[in-house]
Amino acid sequence: MDASEVMVSLLILLPLGGSALLLAAGRRLGERAAGALGTVTVGAAFVLAMVAGRGFLAGTGEAIGIPWFDWLPALGVQAGLLWDPLSALMAMVVTGVAALIHLYSIGYMRGDPRFGRFFAYMNLFVASMLILVLADGFALLFVGWELVGLCSYLLISFWFERPAAAAAGKKAFVVNRIGDAGFLVALMIVFATFGSLRYADVFARAPAELTTASATAVTLLLLMGAVGKSAQFPLYVWLPDAMEGPTPVSALIHAATMVTAGVFMVARTGALFELAPASAATVAVVGIGTALYAATIAVAQHDVKRVLAYSTISQLGYMFAAVGAGAYVAGMFHLTTHAFFKALLFLGAGAVIHALGGEQDMRRMGGLWRKLPVTTVVMVVAWLAISGIPPFSGFWSKDEILATLFERGGAWRLIWGLGLLTALITAFYMTRLIYLTFFGRARWAEGSHPHEAPAVMTLPLAGLAFLALAGGVVNTPWRLGLEHFLEPAFHGIPIAAPGSPFAQLVLAILSVEVAAAGIMLAVAGYRRGLRAAEEGPAWDLVRRGYGVDEGYARVFVAGGGAAARLTAGPVDQRGIDGLVNGVGVLVRTIGERLRPLQTGFVRNYGLGVLAGTVALLAWFLSRGGW
Amino acid sequence: MTVTPGWYMALAAVLFAIGASGLLLRRNALVMFMSVELMLNAANLSFVAAGRELGILDGQVAVFFVMVVAAAEVVVGLAIIVTVFRRRATASVDELSGLRG
Repeated sequence: MDASEVMVSLLILLPLGGSALLLAAGRRLGERAAGALGTVTVGAAFVLAMVAGRGFLAGTGEAIGIPWFDWLPALGVQAGLLWDPLSALMAMVVTGVAALIHLYSIGYMRGDPRFGRFFAYMNLFVASMLILVLADGFALLFVGWELVGLCSYLLISFWFERPAAAAAGKKAFVVNRIGDAGFLVALMIVFATFGSLRYADVFARAPAELTTASATAVTLLLLMGAVGKSAQFPLYVWLPDAMEGPTPVSALIHAATMVTAGVFMVARTGALFELAPASAATVAVVGIGTALYAATIAVAQHDVKRVLAYSTISQLGYMFAAVGAGAYVAGMFHLTTHAFFKALLFLGAGAVIHALGGEQDMRRMGGLWRKLPVTTVVMVVAWLAISGIPPFSGFWSKDEILATLFERGGAWRLIWGLGLLTALITAFYMTRLIYLTFFGRARWAEGSHPHEAPAVMTLPLAGLAFLALAGGVVNTPWRLGLEHFLEPAFHGIPIAAPGSPFAQLVLAILSVEVAAAGIMLAVAGYRRGLRAAEEGPAWDLVRRGYGVDEGYARVFVAGGGAAARLTAGPVDQRGIDGLVNGVGVLVRTIGERLRPLQTGFVRNYGLGVLAGTVALLAWFLSRGGW
Repeated sequence: MTVTPGWYMALAAVLFAIGASGLLLRRNALVMFMSVELMLNAANLSFVAAGRELGILDGQVAVFFVMVVAAAEVVVGLAIIVTVFRRRATASVDELSGLRG
């Protein structure tokens, strides 16, 4: 093993080791050491990722495969890692953002009775996410995929004393299983077709050996898994509830990293989606539909974290639209900038919640900018970034997606139009959030004294604010850094790109105007605080997500319950138990009937023997001899 | 009047019938035992008669086996009857119906 192979392997082993140590001795270490251990292992992983990826950054790196061990020799499945620009980008984003969030968590989770376990789970999550992105085949990808799901479950229901948190964790787990079922079937088809699960084998042989029909089937099933993990319509319902977890968890897992796994997976398997245009179009339609749909729900939320949750679903929809349109670089670019500004938004919201002693309802916030100056500044940066105002990072990535969608022409123009509409709504609800939280009249409870968070929390905020502000420079139209960086990973796959500089400029001006319009609409509407117009049945319907959750509860949860009661009652207790009991009753009845034969009188038995002998003899004689 | 094997067979049948009747009709375990012996020896008689008639030794060999088994049976059976008599002060099989189903 050469140096970079060791480094890439250590990338996973560092947080994994940290997690094991924290699980074993977290309580004994104390908060200071546990927090430091959790943060340092992830920070070291980030440094390793940068060092190992320096070749790619310089444009000279070669993709390397790192075989680990024979995993399932009977099936010829090996466990190994793939270090190429795509996995390197994901590893850098994951470890970088995670390191900052770990640092922030030291302050946020202070005094929690399960402090050590929190960091153990967070480290385990980072290790799992790295397994997911660094896997060199579908088998290990699936292991990481399930491990991040497990960590998500553990961390959503981290405060499991609260019934809502326990229920939210369960919901996330169950909804993800639905998507994962499709994912698993896709893997089976791939293995049945190619006899291998390694990306290199599958992608090389796919064009020749995979028919369009089976490619469509595989990619649609993969999409099913991605839709579950990345909270797209119709499996998005778990993500808003997942906000029951601690805020750093929402920032790391349910905004920046895990939920982007679906986008990453579609980009990684781009070679298959290339063979199935119908599936790719489905990805884009699901994405843009979810983007618009979730954005409208975000407008009506009162809970600051739920606004951000629906916003995350909406932004993930943009990424799906991008990778569905074949704009893999634009999708990964938006994934990266979104990781920065959405993590920042969540951590900033966490600082506000922290300052107000757990208050999450924006109706009881307002006017906080005087009390929380640092938080306000970083939140304004994140707000401008997500709204798409240049030169903030979100502008570059969102505009690249929109410009690419426009450039593809035809029906893709419709998707572009919906994306533009979503941008308007995004700017509106984010302005509403900022306005209701930091400006206007103070509406928080008398006697609560909002205070700025400690440095251990504001420092990561500042770091992420810098990234949200400047993150866009990695891929500006005149310096396509990320495009050149990622190109080798998409070798042989055409990447959709935006059109001419002039077209891009016109579209950019248009989208900035749309964003500005959204901001001004919100400012005009909320200048005098919370509008009375937010009350009413229509608002309530939107706030409840158009009643989709209730519909699921009525159809699937109630239906599942009824099916369970049916199988438990009539089918099991009466049918199956009845059958078993019936056999018992039958044997017993026969026994009861035969009991009188055993009289206890020897002569009865003797008579029986004699009668039997006579009968046998009579039979022999009647046959005329033997 | 010559004595043909048929006579022996008839005698054996009569003896067997007497034994079987005794077994079924008497209550005393000791007498039932004797009836069994009678049935066994009726069978023995038919064996030797048939062996002699056919000029082979098989019949006499079978009789030796029956005798050995009968001797063993008597040893065990009498021991049981004596033990039962000691405990219950009776040898009537009608009073020994504890193994009723």
